[in-house]
Amino acid sequence: MSDATLRPIAGINFNSFRVRAALILAAVLLLGIIGIRFDSSGTLHKIFVDPFDQMVSAPDLLVQTIWEGLVSGVLYALIALGFVLIFKASGVFNFAQGIMVVFAALTLVGLYEKGVPAFLAVILTLGVMFVLAVAIERVVLRPLVNQPDIILFMATFGITYFLIGLGETVFGGNPKQMITDQLHLPRGAIELKLFGGFVSLQKIDIAAAIIASLMIAVLAVFFQYTRIGRALRAVADSHKAALSVGISLNQIWVIVWFTAGIVALITGIMWGARSDVSFALEIVALKALPVLILGGFTSIPGAIIGGLIIGIGEKLGEFYWGPLIGGGIESWLAYFIALGFLLFRPQGLFGDKIIERI
Amino acid sequence: MSTLTLDQPVASAATETILSLNNIEVVYDHVILVLKGVSLSVPRGGIVAILGANGAGKTTTLKAISNLLKAERGEVTKGSIVFAGERVDRMSPNELVRRGCIQVMEGRHCFGHLSIEENLLTGAFTRRDGNAAIKRDLEKIYELFPRLKQRRNSQAGYTSGGEQQMCAVGRAMMSKPKMILLDEPSMGLAPQIVEEIFEIVRRLNAEDGVSFLVAEQNTNMALRYATYGYIMETGRVVMDGEAKALRENEDVKEFYLGVAEGNKKSFREVKSYKRRKRWLS
Repeated sequence: MSDATLRPIAGINFNSFRVRAALILAAVLLLGIIGIRFDSSGTLHKIFVDPFDQMVSAPDLLVQTIWEGLVSGVLYALIALGFVLIFKASGVFNFAQGIMVVFAALTLVGLYEKGVPAFLAVILTLGVMFVLAVAIERVVLRPLVNQPDIILFMATFGITYFLIGLGETVFGGNPKQMITDQLHLPRGAIELKLFGGFVSLQKIDIAAAIIASLMIAVLAVFFQYTRIGRALRAVADSHKAALSVGISLNQIWVIVWFTAGIVALITGIMWGARSDVSFALEIVALKALPVLILGGFTSIPGAIIGGLIIGIGEKLGEFYWGPLIGGGIESWLAYFIALGFLLFRPQGLFGDKIIERI
Repeated sequence: MSTLTLDQPVASAATETILSLNNIEVVYDHVILVLKGVSLSVPRGGIVAILGANGAGKTTTLKAISNLLKAERGEVTKGSIVFAGERVDRMSPNELVRRGCIQVMEGRHCFGHLSIEENLLTGAFTRRDGNAAIKRDLEKIYELFPRLKQRRNSQAGYTSGGEQQMCAVGRAMMSKPKMILLDEPSMGLAPQIVEEIFEIVRRLNAEDGVSFLVAEQNTNMALRYATYGYIMETGRVVMDGEAKALRENEDVKEFYLGVAEGNKKSFREVKSYKRRKRWLS
């Protein structure tokens, strides 16, 4: 090798994240290729080659899998969005976001069962979420202002159990059916002919994807271009400075928790339509954790893209690699991906870079 | 000219007081007594300086007025604060900004991830007089600080210290204040920039009749621009007077301006000021 080819290589900064990632990737590939050559039992072949073979040979299945991943990804993203909103504005990691989803959905269904027309029930539920936001601000956040983050975090546990108790007392603990038809949400599936096979898309999933995208767009515009949105971002940046220019934190907190409540209601309707409305739904909120780690706690686009990656990754992993170890990958793969991110990029894909001047 | 404070005549009858503190005591965390009876007053349309070393209580005094103390677990336990004829010691910062008293905090505290223009616009949060008026005032700020206009779309976190200080002052001006509490505008800035900022303080004061209470360690600079000064030591006002008189006072020269007559004294010989018990007065 001549000197001229060596020089630029010597100039590469081996500490940079990209170079390290590329090196690791190259090493893995190399090991894989070597491994396949000496692989007598065919295990490595099954891991590294077979799944991709399947993807190519049956593209309709691949599209189906990705679509399903996409849909659950959108819903993860919605839950993560609720977390990010509150985290940005009040620095609180809101453990109660999951139960807020259940609570909103239960309230909606419960009101309908009491004889309230469906759309009026939606409006009343929004009212309930607003009252909840005001109550949380008055009873929990305001007295605990300036306490360490961990105390606020623990307080959201309190909110969680309070809401579980309240929900069970008022609406009972039995699973309920979401009022899909009454809200004019579509039912059934569309069969698409694709690559010589069939892909079936649930109409409710399509509706979920569209509604979620709309809501995200509205939130983005609200944050970027309105007075309150600007104030919300200001509060996220520095509480003290926001106070000093006369932004009322109490007002901002109510707005943020109410927004999270709206997001929770929509998430609740969508999840509820796919399964049923029960307290078990709360568990899906935990899925938002890896999404947040992936996307960054402070980034709205991060929550969305993180949600999609986790959703799609999960479904692909389950479908193509799951059988190798007897299935059940779906429940832990997300956390596994998140762990990888924590090791190499702790602020997430889109987490705020900390700007600091000295 | 004075688009920023239409509702207020440019003050010349200096006897009217816009802000007065009477014997205030401030306690942090329920136990730490930081201000031990501070009284001061600012005439409408005046520039008043609070001077003193680190830990003298300048910042605490300003925060007691603007009520940002609560966010740091501080509390005014005694005394009263009157702004524009109204008791304000129990008001939230939000209410106070609405009434026209705003603080520019020490260390600037711009919103790092917002652009300069968005930073300025957050200053108008409490205003209810419509977008047109806000736009007009924004242009006025840009005219005062041409550098901010150049950098209007930059993220504030990436601008220089001087630009951030200008941004912080401009942001405060956007709330249409009657009075600005300015905390250490000189901190970490080159003398030239400090001069520039004080010139703007003077201009705002003359053109718009905004009153200023400036806490400053840079005694020399502050006394050149202020009309009246208070000197604080360990939570008390130990001396006050016309800026000119303070500038010529031997002790002030020696302790704060660094111009001693004769031999340089060692710190051991430097006495603390005899504390006048102002809370008895």
